[in-house]
Amino acid sequence: MKISKHNIALELITALLFLAFLFPFFIVLINSAKDAFQITINPLGMPEDWSQIGRNIVGIWTNKNIRYPGSFQSSIIITVVSLLAITVLSSQAAWVLVRTKTKLSNMIFFIFVAAMVIPFQIVMFPLLSWFRTVHVVTGIKLLRTYFGMVLAYVGFGCSLSVFLYHGFIKSIPFELEEAAKIDGCNRFQTFYIIISPILRPIHATVMVLNGIWIWNDYLLPLLVLGKGNKIQTIPLAVANFAGAYVKQWDLILTAILMAMIPIVIFFLAAQKHIIKGMVAGSIK
Amino acid sequence: MTDKLENRIVFWTFLSPIIFAFLMVVIIPFLIGAFYSFTNWSSAARANEVLEFVGFKNFTDSFADPSFNYSFILTIIYTVINMLAINITAFLLAIFVTSKLKFRNIYRVGFFIPNLIGGLILGYIWQFIFNNAIPSLGEIVPALSFLADPRKLILANRNSAVLALVAVGTWQYAGYIMMIYVAALESVPAELHEAARIDGANVGERIRHITIPMIAQAFTITMFLTLVQSFKQFDVNVSLTAGGPSAMFMGIPLFGTELLALNIYNTAFVKLNMAMAQAQAVIFFLVLIVISMIQVSVNKRKEVEM
Repeated sequence: MKISKHNIALELITALLFLAFLFPFFIVLINSAKDAFQITINPLGMPEDWSQIGRNIVGIWTNKNIRYPGSFQSSIIITVVSLLAITVLSSQAAWVLVRTKTKLSNMIFFIFVAAMVIPFQIVMFPLLSWFRTVHVVTGIKLLRTYFGMVLAYVGFGCSLSVFLYHGFIKSIPFELEEAAKIDGCNRFQTFYIIISPILRPIHATVMVLNGIWIWNDYLLPLLVLGKGNKIQTIPLAVANFAGAYVKQWDLILTAILMAMIPIVIFFLAAQKHIIKGMVAGSIK
Repeated sequence: MTDKLENRIVFWTFLSPIIFAFLMVVIIPFLIGAFYSFTNWSSAARANEVLEFVGFKNFTDSFADPSFNYSFILTIIYTVINMLAINITAFLLAIFVTSKLKFRNIYRVGFFIPNLIGGLILGYIWQFIFNNAIPSLGEIVPALSFLADPRKLILANRNSAVLALVAVGTWQYAGYIMMIYVAALESVPAELHEAARIDGANVGERIRHITIPMIAQAFTITMFLTLVQSFKQFDVNVSLTAGGPSAMFMGIPLFGTELLALNIYNTAFVKLNMAMAQAQAVIFFLVLIVISMIQVSVNKRKEVEM
């Protein structure tokens, strides 16, 4: 009897905490269904007319200042291309680093791992001037372009990714690769046909860890893409918009709601893998 | 083709793209940055401008700059409070969601969700809550009328604004840290708890003498992650308070909630002092390394071998 009472209390406390945790999202939702006037006089009440949410969403979607459709597309392009590049390039790099036992390969791996402690702040200003220099010298434009953005994410994302792949590949028996060789695979085929499919769980972890970070990142796009650029990511769009429309909360909150919807849907669909991936990435 | 040659070709084809990206955005900027911090580099600098070597001037100037000192102290205070708040909340949540609750899986997901949404967006949500929703609560509920007083807005007062940053930081990050504690708690053998229960230990005693020592390794990781996360906080700082309200320090008015990362950013792009901002970033880097090394070695010592 005593135990079940104790459990009811615990269930209740947790349920309350759960509601408190989700309350800010609820606030965003109800206020996205209000017009500018209602939101100012009654930010806590339920909306009078839920269909306002549709009008607000259309308003943001077509607003020339937030450029939501374009920003959404840019965010998708940058995130997807960066993730593909990070997983393919980091996994193949980690594989040759594990399978080649020389001083050089040890040293390269060590540098990758050591670089994980470098905070972004120390490289951000020189990165900008270096990208500018590269443009002047070679003519390749890295600032305000997709290429520069993806290059930056690959460069910043590869340390942790190579580290995660390295740890996993070490546990794959070498006999597997010898067997592939006897069957006539060359080294490239061995990696793409035999090894890469085995790496699937770690591919997922690397994609989740980097994906959440890249999708939400604000500072790096702010520096590399800049303000007022044709290419802008969603966080950048929201920040520019909120800065320009100070206190116009009906617009800002709807823009926020629309920035949250894609990632929350994606999360609910792949929830188990995402949580597993994020936890695995931090423990290893 | 000999094996050795093939191995070498594969080694360099597989490795060179990532090394290229890594050199371009991490190693080269890192080295340039270390060099720039000793020069008079300015925001107007172009590739061919002559840089002058100024020794440690940028570093001594930084330590003489009240706003940098203030941000430094503020960041340390914020980091300590934030680490405690996140870890205590996350640990309690983890204990809750690993007990025999009916909806524990739903709870886990709910607590985790703020983590998916970037700090920038979360900061705006909370700015609305602190500036509009909470005052409105004060208007509705007579007992809470002080909340509606515009002079007592949470974000208008330096101390409460810092606590607001902590609250948002905790809300954002506790669910993620909770998941790490959950993974650790689930690996503690149930027999240990069973044996302690038979010996008459209550819940509190079991947590203190079994759970905490058994998951000490998780504490090392979570403390490290929250330390680094707090110390580097930028996004929430920008969108929640943008550094305000003002405060007095060493006789001059400055931004009351400007954490170190934002201070460095502003030194570069608002005060247009690139060389000094770079020197501050180097200081930031060294301090972060020293503090996290101390933290990890202290925590490691407390871990028990199983």
